[in-house]
Amino acid sequence: MTLDAKIPSGPIEQKWDNHRFEMKLVSPANKRKFSVIVVGTGLAGASAAASLAELGYNVEVFCYNDSPRRAHSIAAQGGINAAKNYPNDGDSIRRLFYDTVKGGDYRAREANVYRLAQVSSAIIDQCVAQGVPFAREYGGYLDNRSFGGAQVSRTFYARGQTGQQLLLGAYSAMMRQVGLGMVRFHSRTEMLDIVVVDGACRGVVTRDLVTGKIESWAADAVILATGGYSNVFFLSTNAIACNVTAIYRAYKKGAFFANPCFTQIHPTCIPLSGTHQSKLTLMSESLRNDGRIWVPKAKGDKRPPNEIPEDERDYYLERMYPSYGNLAPRDISSRAAKRVCDEGRGVGPTGYGVYLDFAESIRRLGRAVIEERYGNLFEMYERITGENPYEVPMRIYPAAHYTMGGLWVDYNLMSTVPGLHVLGEANFSDHGANRLGASALMQGLADGYFIIPYTLSHYFATAKPAKVTTDHAEFRRAESEAHERIRKLLALKGKRTVADIHRELGSVMWEYCGMGRNEQGLKKALEIIPTLREEFWNNAIVVGSGDELNPALERAGRVADFLEFAELMCLDALHRNESCGGHFREEYQTEDGEAKRNDEEYAYVAAWEYAGEGKSPILHREPLEFETVKLQTRSYK
Amino acid sequence: MRLTLHIWRQKNAREKGRMVTYELDGVSEDMSFLEMLDMLNEKLMRNGEEPVAFDHDCREGICGACSLAVNGIPHGHEPLTTICQLHMRKFRDGDAIYIEPWRARAFPVIKDLVTDRSALDRIIAAGGYISVHTGGVPDANAILIGKEEAERAMDFAACIGCGACVAACKNSSAMLFVAAKIAQFAYLPQGQPERKRRALAMVAKMDEEGFGACSNLYECEAVCPKGISVSAIALMNRDFIRAKLTEVPQKTTAGGG
Ligand SMILES: Cc1cc2nc3c(=O)[nH]c(=O)nc-3n(C[C@H](O)[C@H](O)[C@H](O)COP(=O)(O)OP(=O)(O)OC[C@H]3O[C@@H](n4cnc5c(N)ncnc54)[C@H](O)[C@@H]3O)c2cc1C
Ligand code: FES
Repeated sequence: MTLDAKIPSGPIEQKWDNHRFEMKLVSPANKRKFSVIVVGTGLAGASAAASLAELGYNVEVFCYNDSPRRAHSIAAQGGINAAKNYPNDGDSIRRLFYDTVKGGDYRAREANVYRLAQVSSAIIDQCVAQGVPFAREYGGYLDNRSFGGAQVSRTFYARGQTGQQLLLGAYSAMMRQVGLGMVRFHSRTEMLDIVVVDGACRGVVTRDLVTGKIESWAADAVILATGGYSNVFFLSTNAIACNVTAIYRAYKKGAFFANPCFTQIHPTCIPLSGTHQSKLTLMSESLRNDGRIWVPKAKGDKRPPNEIPEDERDYYLERMYPSYGNLAPRDISSRAAKRVCDEGRGVGPTGYGVYLDFAESIRRLGRAVIEERYGNLFEMYERITGENPYEVPMRIYPAAHYTMGGLWVDYNLMSTVPGLHVLGEANFSDHGANRLGASALMQGLADGYFIIPYTLSHYFATAKPAKVTTDHAEFRRAESEAHERIRKLLALKGKRTVADIHRELGSVMWEYCGMGRNEQGLKKALEIIPTLREEFWNNAIVVGSGDELNPALERAGRVADFLEFAELMCLDALHRNESCGGHFREEYQTEDGEAKRNDEEYAYVAAWEYAGEGKSPILHREPLEFETVKLQTRSYK
Repeated sequence: MRLTLHIWRQKNAREKGRMVTYELDGVSEDMSFLEMLDMLNEKLMRNGEEPVAFDHDCREGICGACSLAVNGIPHGHEPLTTICQLHMRKFRDGDAIYIEPWRARAFPVIKDLVTDRSALDRIIAAGGYISVHTGGVPDANAILIGKEEAERAMDFAACIGCGACVAACKNSSAMLFVAAKIAQFAYLPQGQPERKRRALAMVAKMDEEGFGACSNLYECEAVCPKGISVSAIALMNRDFIRAKLTEVPQKTTAGGG
């Protein structure tokens, strides 16, 4: 099978416009004859569900949270990008496009990124119309801030709760459609499998997390908007339940998985404090607007930070990347932090931490301004660490945060399984090998509000899916597989808890497939992972029954999938003999330790096809053609 | 730290629950409250016992999933803090801690500490939105909103929908939750056209879902992890009364809806 990205022809500025004109429509009267399943109610899922229901489609929505409003998008703090150029500082669609392609280290599809930049403005308009209380200036106009990897201020924000406010906007739009009877939603319901009938995705199998009931749902198309898989690292900034299950099951049913090894390690998180820890907490990147990052110049300097004189501090980002300074992109900032800590200059009890210091900004702007900008983040920091960041510098360290990899989709956001569409963080997205700050919210909402409503209509109008009901044998088969798997999980009566095995998997992934990767380490991980999987299936403990709320069982199912998926990630990292963005292969670096890309051999999307139990997955390549942006060495110096 | 935990265990919605006592040793003060419960659960599972079920997800104080009453107070004794953000350094070695689910008629217990709060979603579906469809809206800067108004709206929009306000109220009133949404939109020009309709619809749904009335004791404000002010309730009451006085029977036109 050859991958056809279905990129429209014509100049890049006109592709989306042309495509919108060329795509087939479904007439208003016919829309109600089509049904679509949306899995996930984050920004991507909720915005898609609302917009599709407004058009007149019948929408069935699922999420595992107890309310759709609790999807993990709620936790996004810093902001959302858009090429509005309100500050008149030189932004444009073209610049947002360019920054994103460059930020992604030239591993994203140009046409998609251009479209993303084109629709970005409309997202802000939409959110404001919904009543999202973005930050304003005194004159009543919208305020902007800057984020990593950009030299313009294009980030819109609502205090440190931008994700919450955007999600509540999308959620209320969706709930309005629930009230109107156009959307039916099922919370505390986990999708366990997709169902493919005659080559097209025609539904899903779910488990009601309260009653344990396994059920089939048929539709004319399915949308997965199930978020990212950073929890493969066990510790990450993601919510506890975030997982890979939905997209991994789809992968096993024929959807190709693209660039699984492209993961983002966020530079500004609260450092690890002990083994009891269940997650890592992000300190928004926006803090880097006013905080300066440093470590002592001398190794093993244990003096408290305020006793270290100015000239004995190394503001290493400002030193190494003078034009972006503390706002260097995430992959670069994270690696730089790792490097100074590996040199023995890290701070805090573990030596794995760097300072993020606000002293100078507080002097310059006054405490009140800093408090207004970051008050809630400072509070959160103090609550977790017991230290007051107005007085002592914050300590931060990188943590797993976002996954650029995901299911492969074409320009229409359709996977390799016809009818199965993938939105938001769950697709392999527009961020290439590294995502810029404030661009995930933009992408999720672009996908849901402004792209899928067009491309899905086109799919319905052209594919004309025949009627299928849940009586079909494929549904029966998927259901019985789901039952069988639950039975197997409940039979696990070993000695180790699932969390314990997950923790071990996480440390293997962090060590060998985290911020720095090399052939030897990846091969080692590929040896360890199967033994861990065996350990899981022989020695894990899963208590309780399958016909009631059973968090232990839910977790076991998710970890079982991580244990398989981790292998795919390492395989992908091993095959890509270059460094690009968040994928840093230690063998491929320049003399001063920067990523060394290999455009001749690796300017492609790696899309993996499941080949069956125990078989190596098959690699397919989608070559990336750069017609508008010139391939360059990415420099932020 | 060594703790004595008294925890509400209830197999499911039909069966009766009871308090069960557990001793837990080796708790670190850097743990969050939920990590302390994780530790207990790991221990229980190793003994083949069922872990204590509780709702949680983000563990950052923003998703609103966590919902424990600790020593009788929703989200525990620390002001402006969800239980997932409460750290064990706020407790003392040897403490006895009582952990219970939200108690409210409209929030039936599903299991142990997990309750069904879907009534809150249904209230939003009844009117907690601005009726705008995707596309065809004006430029974001065409709607000017003063900084103060935007800040006020944001103060109320900060609600995380956890339901602590309901759990703290002796009448199990959801007034603060409903009023926060109404107040957010009341401070914004976008919210004006539907202002009356929204108040009527949301209040009606709230009553229908079995939430009680407000007796002005303000327990809700005291436990709200986001510090939502009860001034929202006064605003909502005004809007509701005004809407009632000027109410015109809803007419449906063919093809509408
Ligand atoms: C702490 C933090 C801060 C961030 N800050 C920013 C920021 O400032 N700016 C920015 O642009 N990005 C930010 N991001 C990234 C951004 O928030 C996410 O990438 C984005 O919100 C993902 O949205 P989504 O809709 O794709 O998925 P999610 O919001 O993760 O939603 C996933 C949904 O899928 C459901 N689901 C998953 N699996 C299943 C299943 N098997 N069955 C049923 N339902 C399922 C869940 O219930 C949920 O509803 C941040 C991320 C984190 C972790
Ligand atoms: S777990 Fe999300 S608010 Fe507590």
